[in-house]
Amino acid sequence: MIALRDVSIRSGSFVLSGIHLNVPTGQYAVLMGATGQGKTTILEAVCGLRSVIAGQVLIDHVDMTRWKPANRGIGYVPQDLALFPTMTVREHLEFALRLRRASRAVLHERVEELSHVLGIEALLPRGVQHLSGGEAQRVALGRALAFDPHVLLLDEPLAALDETTRHRLCDLLRSLQRSRGLTTLHVTHSRHEAQWLADCLFVMENRAVSERALTELASLAPQTESPGGGAAQR
Amino acid sequence: MPFFTTLAILGGGYLLLIVALLVADVAYTTPGDFRHALAKPEIQSAIRLTLMTCTVSALMSLWVATPLGYSLSRFHFRGRWVIDLILDVPVVLPPLVFGLSLLILFHIPIAGTNLESLVQTGLGYRVTYQPIAVVLAQFSVACAFAVQTMRVAFDQIDPRAEMVALTLGCRRSQAFLRVVLPQAWRGVITAFTVAWARSLGEFGPILVFAGTTRMKTEVLSTSVYLELSVGDLEAAVAVSLLMVLAAMLVLGIVRLLGVERTR
Repeated sequence: MIALRDVSIRSGSFVLSGIHLNVPTGQYAVLMGATGQGKTTILEAVCGLRSVIAGQVLIDHVDMTRWKPANRGIGYVPQDLALFPTMTVREHLEFALRLRRASRAVLHERVEELSHVLGIEALLPRGVQHLSGGEAQRVALGRALAFDPHVLLLDEPLAALDETTRHRLCDLLRSLQRSRGLTTLHVTHSRHEAQWLADCLFVMENRAVSERALTELASLAPQTESPGGGAAQR
Repeated sequence: MPFFTTLAILGGGYLLLIVALLVADVAYTTPGDFRHALAKPEIQSAIRLTLMTCTVSALMSLWVATPLGYSLSRFHFRGRWVIDLILDVPVVLPPLVFGLSLLILFHIPIAGTNLESLVQTGLGYRVTYQPIAVVLAQFSVACAFAVQTMRVAFDQIDPRAEMVALTLGCRRSQAFLRVVLPQAWRGVITAFTVAWARSLGEFGPILVFAGTTRMKTEVLSTSVYLELSVGDLEAAVAVSLLMVLAAMLVLGIVRLLGVERTR
């Protein structure tokens, strides 16, 4: 479960206040909204990268508002992916497990399993500098899922991909979320992605979050959609 | 005048000047002068001390410049401009003044004693006019250049990756050591090279703070001065060329290591 209760976040002169949001355990939530509304800021507050000046952030009913990002156990895939340029794909998948001092056998087993599910077995020995957009997305996803988090945050993960890769990754995200029971919060501009993936829908307008019925997707204001994405987010 | 010709004349002119200086030095000296200079026990001692002190001061500079450069690159806090200003002092101050300041610092009275006496009592050895003073004089100036280099290196690394590392379970120190530092290896090599080269060329502060005692605190830069002062111009030129060779050798090795890492 991801819950924000009356949360206020400040980022320089940009302020979000009175944010309420509740994603039930095991649900796939999609957060939409125009550029500059603060969707990325919300994701960063949930995973602890941005400090909350008021309110509470609860993960699985535990108040983690003041917890360090390392202790929250949340998988996070940022919009720019932020892969580690000096590491191979295998090292990305092993990264979180090595921090948790996983045994060699566990490392091997988890990397084999994840790379198979994500379809990146052939990429394991390669560096990340020359991966295609879809390959890089899969690596970032694998890195975030390697330590088996209960909560996954995705910031426009499919924005820069072509239509075919986007469909494939949508299917992959959905099957991963269902098979692992992940509580997922996915930021996107794409109505298509929301239709495909969402169990519940949140929309940001005027720097406030409101929950909407999935049936309202078709009637959402056009400014919440920006196909192609790619613009830097707040 | 065509663009490329202008570039070639302006850039090439400077290159030509450097080459001309080196050629003039080589033309002035003979292999005999070189052998004669190298055979002197004083010069041999100066070579050993130079290589040792430059390497120690470059390593010390790297040890300080890495955390300081990272802090200045990543953290924005009130009064940071004061730190920037302080770090600019060794860059803009004449090196001779820096040596004089070191000498004063170690001998100014502090509560009835001075830093020199405190170090001697606490650690059991003197600093001023000792080989350690050479390292301190070199480090004081070279470190500021290493800090600037490391800061630029960290500025060029996207902080997002270390943020993501924090969500994966890293402490700040782990994110730095596992994600940031491996990306900064080029900067580390450059900072080491800059600090080493800067230390090799240091003369003023060493002259004032460490002195020029032969076989004790004499390094190659002071050898040139000493040979000149006794009128042995041939030996001075031979030692100068030796410094050029040492610098080129170290820069070459370090660059080669850098190229190997890229492969």
